[in-house]
Amino acid sequence: MQETSGRSTFIAWLQAGPLALVFLAFFVLPLVFVVIVSFWDYNDYQMLPVLSGRGYTDSFEGCLAELPGLCTIARTYLQTLKFCAIVWAATLVIGFTVAYFLAFEVKSKEWQIILSLICTIPFWTSNVIRMIAWIPLLGRNGLVNSFLLAIGAIDEPLDWLLYSQFSVILALVHLFTFFMVVPIFNSMIRIDRSLIEAAYDAGATGWQTLWNVIVPLCKPGIVIGSIFVITIVMGDFVTVGVMGGQQIASAGKIIQTRLDALQFPAAAANAVILLGVTFLIIAALTKLVDIRKEL
Amino acid sequence: MTETTTTLSAGLSRRSLLKGAAGVAGLAAGAGAITGFPYVKASEEKVLRYLGTAVNEGDAISKKCFEDTGIKIQYITATTDDVTKRVMTQPNSFDVLDTEYFSLKKLVPSNNILPLDAKKIKEFDNITPVFTKGELPSGKKIGDQGTAPWKVLYLEGPDSDVFAKAPTEWVTLIPTVYNADTLGIRPDLIKRPITSWAELLNPEFKGKASILNIPSIGIMDAAMVVEATGQYKYPDKGNMTRDEIDLTMKILTEAKKSGQFRAFWKDFNESVNLMSSGETVIQSMWSPAVTKVRSMGIPCTFQPLKEGYRSWASGFCMSKGVKGAKQEWAYEFINWFLSGFAGGYLNRQGYYSAVLSTAKANMEPYEWAYWMEGKPAEKDILAPDGSLLEKAGAVRDGGSYDDRMGNVACWNSVMDENDYMVRKWNEFIAA
Repeated sequence: MQETSGRSTFIAWLQAGPLALVFLAFFVLPLVFVVIVSFWDYNDYQMLPVLSGRGYTDSFEGCLAELPGLCTIARTYLQTLKFCAIVWAATLVIGFTVAYFLAFEVKSKEWQIILSLICTIPFWTSNVIRMIAWIPLLGRNGLVNSFLLAIGAIDEPLDWLLYSQFSVILALVHLFTFFMVVPIFNSMIRIDRSLIEAAYDAGATGWQTLWNVIVPLCKPGIVIGSIFVITIVMGDFVTVGVMGGQQIASAGKIIQTRLDALQFPAAAANAVILLGVTFLIIAALTKLVDIRKEL
Repeated sequence: MTETTTTLSAGLSRRSLLKGAAGVAGLAAGAGAITGFPYVKASEEKVLRYLGTAVNEGDAISKKCFEDTGIKIQYITATTDDVTKRVMTQPNSFDVLDTEYFSLKKLVPSNNILPLDAKKIKEFDNITPVFTKGELPSGKKIGDQGTAPWKVLYLEGPDSDVFAKAPTEWVTLIPTVYNADTLGIRPDLIKRPITSWAELLNPEFKGKASILNIPSIGIMDAAMVVEATGQYKYPDKGNMTRDEIDLTMKILTEAKKSGQFRAFWKDFNESVNLMSSGETVIQSMWSPAVTKVRSMGIPCTFQPLKEGYRSWASGFCMSKGVKGAKQEWAYEFINWFLSGFAGGYLNRQGYYSAVLSTAKANMEPYEWAYWMEGKPAEKDILAPDGSLLEKAGAVRDGGSYDDRMGNVACWNSVMDENDYMVRKWNEFIAA
């Protein structure tokens, strides 16, 4: 008995080992380096390997002095969190609806597969191209404005369609809804249909079934999708840059500008800060739903 | 096979010769197996990896260079900031570097680049005095605020990282190309004369202006605007104090908050798109971007302004990793670059070549008269790719070389307070 359990632990370790090693080499180790570098000093052209909190103090510059006003980094994170919340809500509603349609309205398995594949078509091109495709559509002389002018709905082109918070959110929702669809769909098709029938038999309305049966059973999918969307939006700088006309700050953008200025320790410090904030959000989410138990 | 081995230079060791021959044999066999046509390739192909922004990288240049010298140029294209980053972090990933003088304040102390020996550059004495003395060929002095090329042209020795005050043999960057930049405008949408940098922040163009988001260049455009609006006169725009940086960024931030800017741009093509789509009507711009908008059939003027131009200059150096024969190829390439074809090509795009005499020999007299002397075009002016740029009778924006380069007010710059400036620039972007 003793021996077999010892053997099975050994086999378990052996099975988990390769992935653990890959994680260690390509995730944990680089992360440790980032944390170390974030405490280095720097000058115009190189990193100086001496202990320094400058990357952090520079990043939080003015945060105390400008109270009660907000300093740059606080405003930037507020902006990023705002994008995060809006995009999360929008992708959740759209993603849930699409997944619901695929799982419950489409009856045949073949069509479910075909339609989910169709959802992936936009991913056949790079996300930069998908993003740039919005520009001729939303620009001052773009298709949308031309159409609205032609039918007489507006007299002046709408400027807020492009290079605005609106266009950033639109592009983010467009790019990332699919990350919500897949895990929610995956949860939905595993719901035992007899549970839904039971709810109907017990006299529940459609909305009641949705809210009291389907949504709770989809929680793991929703949380996994949310983790995808939130982590991507928190770190995004390309979409915010292109769609925001480089005028809107984001947490990822701070890191990029620091890198461009060759201030690697400061960039690393900001990466650590971003990681911390994202980690807190994810921790809160998993507190709400214990994914492991639900799976 | 025998043909290939006989063309190999004598300097090669037996070992590398064997390796090369084996490689060729393998290649020939492999190619033969696939296509049925054995293809023998010279094993000592002269290849140079050329790192730079898109500015000087023309296919016509690399093609002609290969014809003339047998050197194959592999372009590695990046944005201005990314070029610098790459030199710092991956100095072995390129051979020849094409970069701007202002970045030298960062590149030279990093010891990742090799200065070049002026004696090996055939046309060095014919390089325009703009680079060497800060004056026009006519003797007129030009503006020296900022990182002007003559301040950082020479090093004290081959291994030194101190910029020499007087000419030495060791040159940081062999000059290639330079220009005087100003604002680009859409005359068809603005419909009135623009004469001052101050117009960039004129509320009339609210939501239709843009500035470039490369701090070392953008801050200089901003300084030109601040001086033009009469809010402050800098003792040296190219080396601001912290207070001056604060003041400049405050003015820009206020404009940004009131919605003056449509977008910021960082890369040549972004500026072309903003202007050609009508998203902006006035913005910082580079000369070939204006040319590109115009060749799309959209009116665009590189508007001369009364406060003068912001100038830039770039040149060649080598990676410190370049050794032996490759160094000689690099010199051969740079000598070829200054020998006229490339100069004529660049002049025809609206830039200026560092060696004017050889460029002139490679241009038609009517082209020289249009681009360099500010005279009305005798015939239609064509871009290097053959597309129509200007009809006969047109005059270049800003006029002649002397009128344009003679009115340079400042140069792109890396300041002593660069770190502080970059931080403030980030705040401005985030505001």
